[in-house]
Amino acid sequence: MNAYNFAYLDEQTKRMIRRALLKGMAIPGYQVPFASREMPMPYGWGTGGVQVSAAVMTPEDCFKVIDQGADDTTNAVSIRRFFQATAGVAVTEKTAEATVIQTRHRIPERDLVEGQILVYQVPIPEPLRFLEPSEVETRKMHALEEYGLMHVKLYEDIARHGDISTSYAYPVKVEGRYVMDPSPIPKFDNPKLSMAAIQLFGAGREQRIYALPPYTEVVSLDFEDYPFQAGRADHDCDLCGADNSYLDEVITDDAGGRMFVCSDTDFCSERREAGHVGALGVEAVA
Amino acid sequence: MKDMAMTEAGLSPLLRVEGLAKRYGARIGCTEVSFDLWPGEVMGIVGESGSGKTTLLNCLAGQLAPDAGRVLFDTRGRGMVDTLTMSESERRMLGRTDWAFVHQHAQDGLRMNVSAGGNVGERLMAVGAQHYGDIRDKAIDWLDRVEIAEDRVDDRPSAFSGGMRQRLQIARNLVTGPRLVFMDEPTGGLDVSVQARLLDLLRGLVREMGLSAIIVTHDLAVVRLLADRLMVMKSGHVVETGLTDQVLDDPQHAYTQLLVSSVLQV
Ligand SMILES: Nc1ncnc2c1ncn2[C@@H]1O[C@H](COP(=O)(O)OP(=O)(O)O)[C@@H](O)[C@H]1O
Ligand SMILES: [Mg+2]
Ligand SMILES: [Zn+2]
Repeated sequence: MNAYNFAYLDEQTKRMIRRALLKGMAIPGYQVPFASREMPMPYGWGTGGVQVSAAVMTPEDCFKVIDQGADDTTNAVSIRRFFQATAGVAVTEKTAEATVIQTRHRIPERDLVEGQILVYQVPIPEPLRFLEPSEVETRKMHALEEYGLMHVKLYEDIARHGDISTSYAYPVKVEGRYVMDPSPIPKFDNPKLSMAAIQLFGAGREQRIYALPPYTEVVSLDFEDYPFQAGRADHDCDLCGADNSYLDEVITDDAGGRMFVCSDTDFCSERREAGHVGALGVEAVA
Repeated sequence: MKDMAMTEAGLSPLLRVEGLAKRYGARIGCTEVSFDLWPGEVMGIVGESGSGKTTLLNCLAGQLAPDAGRVLFDTRGRGMVDTLTMSESERRMLGRTDWAFVHQHAQDGLRMNVSAGGNVGERLMAVGAQHYGDIRDKAIDWLDRVEIAEDRVDDRPSAFSGGMRQRLQIARNLVTGPRLVFMDEPTGGLDVSVQARLLDLLRGLVREMGLSAIIVTHDLAVVRLLADRLMVMKSGHVVETGLTDQVLDDPQHAYTQLLVSSVLQV
């Protein structure tokens, strides 16, 4: 009756991916090679994340997908539908209800809890890549803990822009050992990388998996005289008034009207349902 | 007992090479090379193209695995250690602390997509420097020492002339105060006037810093100016060694005589 195995991938492939995930959990921040499979969607859509989600998913799971914080983009909707169709799992837009959350470019605002799994879609897993194109050499650098080059990148940032201008995919050091690319999340999210939930990272095209077990120590790299700053737009959310969330700037009309709204749509709507109203909130709802 | 006393008096070689050999299939790269390099000494290795100079230098610097021999280096922590049998991690650590390697082609020794300051600062960051201001100050200081103006600190080497690139490569190598510098044809491929300036600069640095160095070149003018001692190579073999002036002014081996006279004809 069903043309696919549960969650599309065959059991042998899922076992192979789970082995890579377990190895990744055992060596936090270490990139584990895995034999990435063809998925019925383009690479840019997060096939690495999809394979990881498929490997950890059980029929009892409740699945949520966010793309830049939103549940309703084409990408998020497609992946959610994919697992509804192939795994028949429950889906949700509520961060609190989800047991597996697949994400592109954000960590939910609401603190995740033990028992939840956050799956990241990763385009380029190797943080040293942009300065050292040789894969052989970067592997050696990881193995021997030679991370001076990472600071060269930050040095170049400051030399050119007066400050560490890297605002996405900001490199971190995991448990004092491996330097890791947290995927293109805003650096605003970096402090949340030490969390109660399990975090799994899947890079499909690059065939790499890595992981952060709960409560892993994750430190953003910086200089003593240019300490890491999470940064945030100097605004409150115009819809819900939140002063602690990551904001998107949204164009509201052709006359150059703009507003700032929470990038995490579930977080914002929960606050509004709870009665919080931002500066433009009433107008926007009406 | 005697060895220990000599070591305590600082009288131990910095580098001791024993029976080094490297073949490429049936062809000899270099063979039966043995010598001591003493602290503060500059050794020149000369010989015509193909005589095995680069092969030998790469074997000494851990960039090429020789087939036989030992390369003992007086490490800070453990005294004389065979660098060929030490762990790769330890050897690479040497490569960015106590050792430096100046390549003939500057682009092989520089990161062309990183600013001059970043190129000089890399070795500092590689050994744990994490204060941007300090790193930058040191980089600017070193650019100054190799006669590159401070206002070029944020430019990439791709915007530099050949001579500037080579000077930048030298600054990048010397910034951590290495105890041994390997140089492969450091003035090769540069215009004659640029070569002269670079040689003057190198001579100044060698004297000022009391550098120990091994310099490979086919240009006898380079070793005349920089080297205390010479090793003459032919077909992978060392055919003559001695003090620089002695070897150049009174060559004993027929090949050296040829080498010296051909220079005089130029
Ligand atoms: N990678 C290689 N493979 C085979 N032969 C080589 C290689 N590199 C050097 N040789 C040979 O080894 C000898 C010494 O070369 P090299 O060390 O480059 O000399 P030099 O630096 O004095 O010009 C030459 O005969 C050269 O052709
Ligand atoms: Mg050569
Ligand atoms: Zn909001």
